[in-house]
Amino acid sequence: MPGRSEPSGGLDTLLRRLAPSVLATVARRHGDFGTAEDAVQEALLAAATRWPAHGVPDNPVGWLVTVASRRWVEGWRQDTARRQREVALAVRAADPPEIAERDDSLLLLVLCCHPALTPVSQVGLTLRAVGGLTTAEIGRALLVPEATVGQRISRAKARIRGTRFTLPGPAELPDRIAAVRQVLYLIFTEGHTASSGRELHRVDLAAEAIRLTRLLYADQPDDRLGDGETAGLLALMLLTDARRPARLRPDGTLAVLADQDRSRWDRAAIAEGIALLEKVLPAANIGAFAIQAAIAAVHAEAPTAEQTDWPQILGLYDVLRVRAPGGMVELNRVVALAMVHGPAAGLAALAQAAADPAIAGHHRTIAVRAHLLERRGELAAARAAYLEAAAATLNLAERRHLEARAAALAGPGVPR
Amino acid sequence: MRFLIMVQSNPSSRAYLESLTEAEQEAFGRAHLALDSALLDSGHLVASQGLADPAEARRVTVRDGAVVATDGPFAEVKEHLAGFYLVDCTDLDEAISIAARVPDAAFTHVEVRPVLDFSAWEE
Repeated sequence: MPGRSEPSGGLDTLLRRLAPSVLATVARRHGDFGTAEDAVQEALLAAATRWPAHGVPDNPVGWLVTVASRRWVEGWRQDTARRQREVALAVRAADPPEIAERDDSLLLLVLCCHPALTPVSQVGLTLRAVGGLTTAEIGRALLVPEATVGQRISRAKARIRGTRFTLPGPAELPDRIAAVRQVLYLIFTEGHTASSGRELHRVDLAAEAIRLTRLLYADQPDDRLGDGETAGLLALMLLTDARRPARLRPDGTLAVLADQDRSRWDRAAIAEGIALLEKVLPAANIGAFAIQAAIAAVHAEAPTAEQTDWPQILGLYDVLRVRAPGGMVELNRVVALAMVHGPAAGLAALAQAAADPAIAGHHRTIAVRAHLLERRGELAAARAAYLEAAAATLNLAERRHLEARAAALAGPGVPR
Repeated sequence: MRFLIMVQSNPSSRAYLESLTEAEQEAFGRAHLALDSALLDSGHLVASQGLADPAEARRVTVRDGAVVATDGPFAEVKEHLAGFYLVDCTDLDEAISIAARVPDAAFTHVEVRPVLDFSAWEE
C-alpha cells in the first residue's frame, strides 16, 4: 500500500489518533466491523493524500466518517451487484453521526483481542484497527511479509464477523480487558527487543504500545474493575522504555542493566511510571504487571547498579512467582537471591529451578550460572559456561555479549 | 523463535512424485496449500514458497564491481531446495511437529533450522 508510511509528520499522528473514533462510528452506522475497517483504511489513505494539499478540514472526524461511509456504501453496492445477493442490510447513511463516544478505544481494543483469535491475529488487528497503521507498516514492524499480515487481518475479521459491536457484559469484561493487556504487552516486548539499528524505517512498536495502553487506561479507569493492572502495565512499559536510550552503547554493542549509563535514562518516563504505581500499590490484590513495574521502579530509583535495593527486588519476585509462576520469573528471582545472599546460595537456587526442564537447557539459565560462577571466582568454569550459553543462543547481540564475557575471563591463570 | 523448514528434492523424491497419477499430484499440491492455510490460521506462518526448477536458477558473482550471472552448473546437483516454510514457534519441538505435517515428509526428508535473531536484548 502506498502513502502514509512516513513516521515523522504531524498529519500521520493526527490520522492515527482519529482512527478509532472514525472506525467506531462507521462500524456502528453500518453494523459490520470488517468492511467498516477496510473503508476507514481507505479514508485514512485519502486524507493522507488530500489534506497536505487542501488543508485539514474543520471537522476532520466528520470528513473521515463521510468518506469512509461513502467507500463502505460503494463497496457494499459492488459486492451486492456482483454477487446478486439479496441482503436486507439497511444503509443508514442519513442517520446523524454519533461521533467520538468515550469508550470507542476500549470497545475496539476488546473486539480486536477477541478470544476466538490467535495472539498474532490480535496483534495485527489491534495495530491496524486501533493503531491506524497500514498493513505494510505492521509487516515492517513485525518483520513479517505484508501479504502475510494482510491475510492474518482479513481472516481475523472473517472469524469475528457477526460479533455485536458493543462492550461485553460486566461478567465477561474483566477477562476481555486482561486479554487486551496481554496483546498490548506483546506489542511492547516486540518493539522493545528490536535493535535500534533496524528501526530506521520501522514504526516504533514500543511507543505505539504505550500510546494504545494510554488509550485503554483513559477509557477504562481501573476503579471500574477494582484492579490496577492497566495502570500497572502502563507503568511497566514506561519504566522499561525509560532505559532504552542507555541500552545501546555508542559503538552499537548492548549494555545490560548493570552496565548502563543511568544518566541517559528518561527521567520523565520514570517519574510518570512511579506516579502510576503509587496509585496502584496500596491495592490488596496487586497484579503481575504492577509487581513487575515495581521491580523496574526499584532499579530506576537506584542511582548506581551497586546501590540497587536487592532485598526489595527479591521480596517482589517472591510475590510475583506466586501470582504469575514461570521459568523466567524463577530465573530472575535466582539473580536477585544471589545479589542478596551471595553466589553460592544463588547456584543452589539455580540448581533447584533447573529441575524444571523448560528452564534447564535454556541459554539464559547457563548465562546466569556463568555469572554466578564468575562471582565465586571459579573463572575457568565460568568461562566455559559463558561459551556454552553463547553457543546456545540464537540472538547475535546476546552471543556477542556472552563471548565478550568469556574473553574477559581468559586472562593469565585461567586455563583455556 | 523462527525456524526455516526446508523441503528438499532428491532423485528418490522426484521419482516418487513422478510415479503419482495426475489426481494424486494435484492432491499433493492441495495438501501444501491446506497446510499453508492451517499455519496462517494458527498464527505460525511467516512466509512459504515453492521454488522453480534449478534449471531456471542463475549463479551471480560480483568481481571488481562487475555483476556476472551464469547458468548452472546445477545439473549434477543431486539434491536441491524445492520449497520452504518460515514459521514462528515457541520451541524446536513445535517446529518439528509442523515439519512432520509437510506432505513431503512422508516420502523424503524435510529439514528444520533455527533462524538467527538479530534483535538486541536486555537482562
